[in-house]
Amino acid sequence: MAYTVRRPNLTFWEKLYLPNIIAGLAITLKHLRKMLAGETHVVMQYPEEKWDAHLPEYYRGAPTLVMDQHGREKCVSCQLCEFICPPRAIKIKPGHIPAENEFAKVEKAPEAFDIDMTRCIYCGLCEEVCPEQAIFLRKEYAITGESRAEMVHDKAKLYELGGTMPNLVHKWNPDK
Amino acid sequence: MALLNDIPWFLIAASVAKTLFLIFLVVLPLVSYTVYAERRVSALIQDRLGPNRTGFPISLFGFKKDLQLVLGGLGQPIADAVKFLLKEDFTPGHVNKVYFWMAPVLAMVPALSTLAVIPFGNYMFGQKMVVADVNVGILYVFAIASIGVYGIVLAGWSSNSKYPFLGGIRASSQMISYELSLGLSAVPVLMILGNLNLADAIDYQVKNGWLLLPFTDGKLTLRELLLWVPVLISFIVFSISMFAETNRLPFDLPESETELVAGYHTEYSSMKFALFFLGEYAAMIAGSSVITVLFLGGWHVPFLPVNTLESSMTAPGAVLGLIHITAFFAKVALLLGIFIWIRWTLPRFRFDQLMKLGWLYLFEIALVNIFITAGILALVR
Repeated sequence: MAYTVRRPNLTFWEKLYLPNIIAGLAITLKHLRKMLAGETHVVMQYPEEKWDAHLPEYYRGAPTLVMDQHGREKCVSCQLCEFICPPRAIKIKPGHIPAENEFAKVEKAPEAFDIDMTRCIYCGLCEEVCPEQAIFLRKEYAITGESRAEMVHDKAKLYELGGTMPNLVHKWNPDK
Repeated sequence: MALLNDIPWFLIAASVAKTLFLIFLVVLPLVSYTVYAERRVSALIQDRLGPNRTGFPISLFGFKKDLQLVLGGLGQPIADAVKFLLKEDFTPGHVNKVYFWMAPVLAMVPALSTLAVIPFGNYMFGQKMVVADVNVGILYVFAIASIGVYGIVLAGWSSNSKYPFLGGIRASSQMISYELSLGLSAVPVLMILGNLNLADAIDYQVKNGWLLLPFTDGKLTLRELLLWVPVLISFIVFSISMFAETNRLPFDLPESETELVAGYHTEYSSMKFALFFLGEYAAMIAGSSVITVLFLGGWHVPFLPVNTLESSMTAPGAVLGLIHITAFFAKVALLLGIFIWIRWTLPRFRFDQLMKLGWLYLFEIALVNIFITAGILALVR
């Protein structure tokens, strides 16, 4: 059964489309005039204007490693972040803390820790899963480099970006 | 100076100078900056800024930062030109080599050639400011502009691929349909002017006021008032056909970016694409110039004195000549602005709507217009 769509009856002027065309031209002209007069709110002009000052608390930038208030690197190379990372951007080589070290109790520290920033998707799962609260996503978002080698952040770079974050839980309390 | 005009080499040198001035110093920069103006104006219409900064990459040569001149985005066409020069010019394996290479040339050269008969100024230094003062001015324009169709059709055909093929076919049918209205709508104007020579057309408009605005000579006769109606209809039909001839929205089916990837110039890259791209804008400029000359009085500024051959060799005559040339290009720029404005307002026509408009409406209106004009001219002699 053919279903005929009921179309509205157009007046003569409406069928000509000319009044609509003129109305459309008036709308575009209004937009043009408003932009030229500065009345329209324009998006910010990067890089002169940035929104770094207004980044929310929970903003997920580049992942970094942190040290605690005693200067110890918090990461114990348990490799949980490596296993949970969806694009497999993290590569860890676990290592041993020598017995003479003041933090020998911790036993493990990463020998090498690489995050390939061309793979990282800034999801924050590594931060969620870390049992030592060693990896945090900071507010840095403009990660650029001139070669693929430059885009792989090694351990030194990660600690440099991360800085220090005091322990929330004194897991490795020397008094225990 | 009149004697100098008899010396052949002087005539040749003067023509070459006018051609160089017109094409290389005015039209080609105008084409590039029309592209820039389109990007800026379209951005402003869409509530965003266009390209408003250009950095010259001197950091490649060892300087610390790229050079940022105060020009803002005005260096963008230069950047585009450098990009087109340095890009890889790739000819795919599956194309018809002869026509593939010929097509961009056929798109650009007719557009620039039509500018040879456009009078862009009054007398200056004893020379008429038109490269070729032929007595068949407007006929030459229509003839050469028709060759521009071949560029698009050959590009679509030789690319040997689906989307360019469709673009080429649509272009050929569209341009043929609107050629008729273009020519027929110019006939009433030519009947009023009595002459095909474009420089004489402007002389007529200097004496009797612009065709579209007959009051610009200070007086309005009954004849002018009666003739205003067909001239207005002629202007509208001519402008719409000019939009269709230059493949500008709302008639841009051949290169519709949302449907056909890039239409007839899909397979082109670098300089060949630049020729198509700039050829389209050069055709726009040529079309706007013809509309200006026929309807808007060309280089004439109302109530400003006009140079004669003798007075053009004096210093105030030279200044007046410059003012006239500037006035011409100001009118062309205004028309280009309207082209851009309409492009970013109207949606594209469907193919059957386009054909219907060309064959059923514009063609008839243009034909009837000729008879109306003839009747009025016979009545109010």
